Amino acid sequence: MSLTLHNEFKAAPTGGRRLLHGLSGGAADPGLQTHLDRWGDLRLRKSRLIDELDGAGLVGHGGAWFPVSTKWRSVASSSRRRPVVVANGAESEPASRKDALLLSRAPHLVLDGLALAADALGAHQAIVYVPAGSIPAVEVAIEERRARRLDPIAIEIAEAPDAFLAGQESAVVNALNGRRLAVPSFVALTPIRERGVGGRPTLVQNVETLAHVALIARFGATWFRQVGTPENPGTMLLTVNAHDGPVIVEAALGSSLRLAAGISAEELARTRGVLLGGYGGGWASPKLFGELVVSDTAARRAGTTLGAGVVALLPGEVCPLAEMADVVRYMEGQGAGQCGPCVHGLAELADTLDRLAYGGARGPGPDRVLEICNLVDGRGACRHPDGVARFVRSGLGVFADEAATHQRRGHCSQTRAVRVLPAAKIVRRRLVSRA
Amino acid sequence: MSRWSLELVIDPIACDGRGVCAEMLPERIELDRWGYPMVDGAEIVPAIVDHAVRAVRSCPRQAIHLVESAC
Repeated sequence: MSLTLHNEFKAAPTGGRRLLHGLSGGAADPGLQTHLDRWGDLRLRKSRLIDELDGAGLVGHGGAWFPVSTKWRSVASSSRRRPVVVANGAESEPASRKDALLLSRAPHLVLDGLALAADALGAHQAIVYVPAGSIPAVEVAIEERRARRLDPIAIEIAEAPDAFLAGQESAVVNALNGRRLAVPSFVALTPIRERGVGGRPTLVQNVETLAHVALIARFGATWFRQVGTPENPGTMLLTVNAHDGPVIVEAALGSSLRLAAGISAEELARTRGVLLGGYGGGWASPKLFGELVVSDTAARRAGTTLGAGVVALLPGEVCPLAEMADVVRYMEGQGAGQCGPCVHGLAELADTLDRLAYGGARGPGPDRVLEICNLVDGRGACRHPDGVARFVRSGLGVFADEAATHQRRGHCSQTRAVRVLPAAKIVRRRLVSRA
Repeated sequence: MSRWSLELVIDPIACDGRGVCAEMLPERIELDRWGYPMVDGAEIVPAIVDHAVRAVRSCPRQAIHLVESAC
């Protein structure tokens, strides 16, 4: 059995449009024949693929930006048992849509990547872990591949529950092991790469990352590095939440983030702040956003992160404190409820922010909020509390004037306005339906 | 030659804030306002290893670990 049918290679895409190459317009066909016509057949490279990924400098696009070759090598070397490889498409961040887009419009790129991982690591099992909505498209794609005997092992599907933490690495493993809910476990002493699904070494890799692997396997590391910078090679998908709903774009790393996201200078001038990386990410001022390049290193230096590529613009006519308070309430509810500092800390953080955003005059000030951020940061089994702390800290920096107004007057003229961020909308809807 | 050092690691899922560890090793462990231990990141030097081991052994939830790490 082989991934190679015949070595007929297609031309590599030359621009910055790679994963999304050929996907514009509503009529893009996600079928296998179209995929093979567009990209050519897959070539097996076994362990040489890991060297190629190393040379390419590919990092994970699920949010952690961890070097892919390092991860694959540690899975390969962690035990003599054959590993399990998992394509993680849970995308549990409500403001992100790029993984769902790939799974519906380019499922074979993702499955190629998973097949390549299974092949390179000699996997015992390969699983696609996706939300219910993505299952039909993946099922069709797997059936097409099975009919052509394309994959080294059978690819299974597992449903990812609709919960913020469902995509966290150890939560994925717990969900797949079936003994526990999709909640994180304490893995500081025994990493998932050593002991994951069924006790086997496990590779959990985001679906976009696997799609990049599919292209690197075909066109090589040198091609991958033709776009981007030496430190930040390649491209990444961004989900841009601006005036008219989420739009997915493919950005060259190292290029201007504002231009890549398709935000005009006029629109940025009407923007109050930009959330990067989602609810576990952080806020950038419009000025900073205008200066940032597409690089997680640069974003982290500025107190935020690109995470899994969420960009959300907060327009001038909404109340940023109310948006933040509602998002933190959402994040509190999305915690796994396992770690004391996170359970108590996020509840207290949400209450304090609520009083700052909605309460009367002379309520708690930003210093009280920051004190709780410091108490929850780094205190959980997973990074959920750390992400909320970054979201709040960066927000109080970018919206310092608004926070001062709230502390003085208890609210602002826009506090009662509609919410813009998806998680804030979810929380508002819930509160209204309960009232 | 690589050097090994000892550090304390808390499993925050297992920990339910009994606070025994902070009594055993107050020089390194402090309780937060909800009663959960906060370990200062400093190395566990030979002089306090015995106390650290006692803190680990006395946790009713076995939520605190003394681990070796290369430094």
